[in-house]
Amino acid sequence: MADALLPMPTELTSFINEWKVKPGNLIMVLHKVQEHYGYIPQEVAVEVSKILEIPLAKIYGVATFYHLFSFKKPGKHKIAVCLGTACYLKGAQDLLDEIDAIIGCKAGEVSSDEKFSVDAVRCIGCCGLAPVLTIDGKVFGCVTADHMAGIIAPYQNDEVN
Amino acid sequence: MSKLTLADLKKIRDEKNKEMTRRDADKEIQVVVGMGTCGIASGAKETFSAFIDELDKSHVNDVVVKQTGCMGFCSVEPTVRVIAPEMPDTIYNKVSAEVARRIVKEHIIGRKLVDDHVFDHPSRDILTQ
Amino acid sequence: MAYKNYCLVCAGTGCHANTGEEIYQELVKKARDLGVEKDVQVVKTGCFGFCEKGPIVKILPEEAFYVHVKPSDAEELIKEHIIKGRMVNRLLYKEDDKKTDTQGKIDDIKFYQKQLRIVLRNCGFINPEDIEEYIGREGYQALAKALTDMTPDQIVEEIKKSGLRGRGGAGFPTWMKWNFSKQSSSDVKYVVCNADEGDPGAYMDRSTIEGDPHSIIEAMTIAAKAIGASQGFVYIRAEYQLAVQRLEIATKQAREYGVLGKDIFGTGFDFDLEIRLGAGAFVCGEETALLASIEGERGIPKPRPPFPAVKGLWGKPTVINNVETYACVPMIILKGGEWFASIGTEKSKGTKVFALTGKIKNSGLVEVPMGTTLRDIIFAIGGGIKDGKKFKAVQTGGPSGGVLTTEKLDTPIDFDNLVAAGSMMGSGGMIVMDEEDCIVDIVRFYLDFSVDESCGKCSPCRIGGRKILNILDKIAEGKGEMDDIKKIKEISEAMKRSSLCALGQTTPNPALSLINFFYDELLAHIQDKKCPAGKCKNLLSFSIVRNTCIGCGLCAKKCPVNAITAEDCEPLPGKKKPPFVIDGKKCIKCGECIAACKFKSVVKL
Repeated sequence: MADALLPMPTELTSFINEWKVKPGNLIMVLHKVQEHYGYIPQEVAVEVSKILEIPLAKIYGVATFYHLFSFKKPGKHKIAVCLGTACYLKGAQDLLDEIDAIIGCKAGEVSSDEKFSVDAVRCIGCCGLAPVLTIDGKVFGCVTADHMAGIIAPYQNDEVN
Repeated sequence: MSKLTLADLKKIRDEKNKEMTRRDADKEIQVVVGMGTCGIASGAKETFSAFIDELDKSHVNDVVVKQTGCMGFCSVEPTVRVIAPEMPDTIYNKVSAEVARRIVKEHIIGRKLVDDHVFDHPSRDILTQ
Repeated sequence: MAYKNYCLVCAGTGCHANTGEEIYQELVKKARDLGVEKDVQVVKTGCFGFCEKGPIVKILPEEAFYVHVKPSDAEELIKEHIIKGRMVNRLLYKEDDKKTDTQGKIDDIKFYQKQLRIVLRNCGFINPEDIEEYIGREGYQALAKALTDMTPDQIVEEIKKSGLRGRGGAGFPTWMKWNFSKQSSSDVKYVVCNADEGDPGAYMDRSTIEGDPHSIIEAMTIAAKAIGASQGFVYIRAEYQLAVQRLEIATKQAREYGVLGKDIFGTGFDFDLEIRLGAGAFVCGEETALLASIEGERGIPKPRPPFPAVKGLWGKPTVINNVETYACVPMIILKGGEWFASIGTEKSKGTKVFALTGKIKNSGLVEVPMGTTLRDIIFAIGGGIKDGKKFKAVQTGGPSGGVLTTEKLDTPIDFDNLVAAGSMMGSGGMIVMDEEDCIVDIVRFYLDFSVDESCGKCSPCRIGGRKILNILDKIAEGKGEMDDIKKIKEISEAMKRSSLCALGQTTPNPALSLINFFYDELLAHIQDKKCPAGKCKNLLSFSIVRNTCIGCGLCAKKCPVNAITAEDCEPLPGKKKPPFVIDGKKCIKCGECIAACKFKSVVKL
């Protein structure tokens, strides 16, 4: 891997130090770590445990409890298909199938070229536009399986970073 | 900024309230773009830019374009509210960049409502009742 | 020059079929013929809802709402309303059981309001990133009143008078929570806002915070004054990026203006708040789990009592309310508890925001007084079912709620009525289903959700939910037995009685409403091995109608598993080629053949 995970960048360490004194800081710190790396690397979890003086077991206990935290390095682009009720009713599963057909990647997986990771996520609160998916946070609404290839193409061809 | 006193609070309220509700002729026009998550996902940012751009091109200066939260019409986003002197307070739906340009030309300059995009108000304002 | 009147003609598809376009043309023509085309602009609009009362014409600025308008009414509308300035009474909308004053004075006529917006009062008016605009619409006036003119007892009393009940779903009286915390003696107390909106299909709180973040800050500060707290937390879903961002801007501005922080308005009262992010655990919507999560722990519920109001965050008395509950508070303080209590039903006061989604024409957020019927929300405001399909059911209360059928449409919505009808208020998701949705499938979806979100602490929830889901899977696969219904009931009963928190206690609700309200459809799955809605793939079979098939073979070309072949026979009379046939053993029921056939010869059975 090109970028070394440690030492942590100063932005991250200063955030952790700032939060260290506040009670109940662990989840906020884990969010920041994941925001930076895209996931929670083991080496970093060890480091966080030292700084916050929280046992590593507890960090893993908390991080595995919540859906949003991941220990797996995601693809370059994150596709999240909403599986809220409205989206489900309007065919979100078809979108997941179509994505699999296009990039060969099921929900919870990373594509072999590491360009995409796909997740089925809980309601993202855009039910009026169901079915909805996001790519790197950008929301696409009223999507049908036919649209999928067109939506993914710019990311596949590196037209979007 | 120093801390508000009760008198300051009242002053800001009165000034702002006047500014937000003024309707007299030759005063300014307000374009309010709904920019909640749904609105933005439906292209409200492009709509917003189109208003700015078209107003600029048309050399119209007395218009304020601002954002607001979701007005609740998810199926017909982006939504835009236009408040202009002597015209009804109007909500437009499905305002693409193209419709935004039409609103500038027809509603703001031409003083006509834009066909096919007018939407009904969901309710009366409880604060003015 | 602007026009004197604007005549809005609803040309949504519902009205369109009902001659909306023709009315529009007639109005334009009559205005021209009668020489008033410079006085009135006739405009086509999007759907107004009220499709069953369509076609609808609204004339501004009087806001006259005309229903069941015919093209032949155009002349009268122009002559009377536009030229003479008199409303056409026979066409005005009248509430069904009430008579409107027909004596003609405009002010006397009660206009129908589709919605009443208290929680969403500022959405669409203010820039949420500008505190001064909030102040411009009476913002922080309630706080000023609470800090300078009211004692904590008076604040609680006002909330009590308003009858406000928790909008998170359970409907617990807000004043009681506040009062318990107020009475608990402790050096430190906390105020918490639950913005962990996890119900799939609900997004009222996201919109409220995105549109009006200061109303939450103001309300929490008022609550803090009432109970004697100086620190607050907003626990919000990390997925709601825009809402988090707007809330951050709002707290920063509130601090700059001194309506948050030390010595607010010079009264010596201190209060500040911090934003804490959730991390995708539905159970954290349960208050004790939420507090555990703020403490940086796994979000696992604790037995109650002690209630958080007495022993909450870090063991201190904590008031915890939902976003929508807080959003009502400034208006209650400002306009008085009695004003709020004048809206709604006997036991449920004020308004409720619903996220109306699914197979509905006008999906979106609606805020209506408590007591509005489901029918009004779905058909009047929502405009009815999309694409002319038939209404089948409406789901309220998310994974904890139930599915309601046509017979319940006239139920006035409030906390107690919805429970009596077999569902619950929940946080406000309202998902409309049409005839093509299979209830077994939907209920499986909810069970799957609840099973996945069970925290695992107590076994009724952890094991019971899984068992019900397994049974439902079996039924959807066509392997159901009559005994399964009994089993679901037994497990449900055990879960309701013995689960630790509301998540486990309510997990069986969707399955119970399947048994109680959709028994026939359930039997069709179990006994006939059929899915009437055509959703459960294992219960479907595809076949080709012999006498309409022309033998083109397009379906066979599209079939990914080569399950379709030409029949080994002579062409039928009048056809050039023999018909095709589907091998049920190979068919994977993907539906490609149905999409491919131009003659609608492939059917689902």
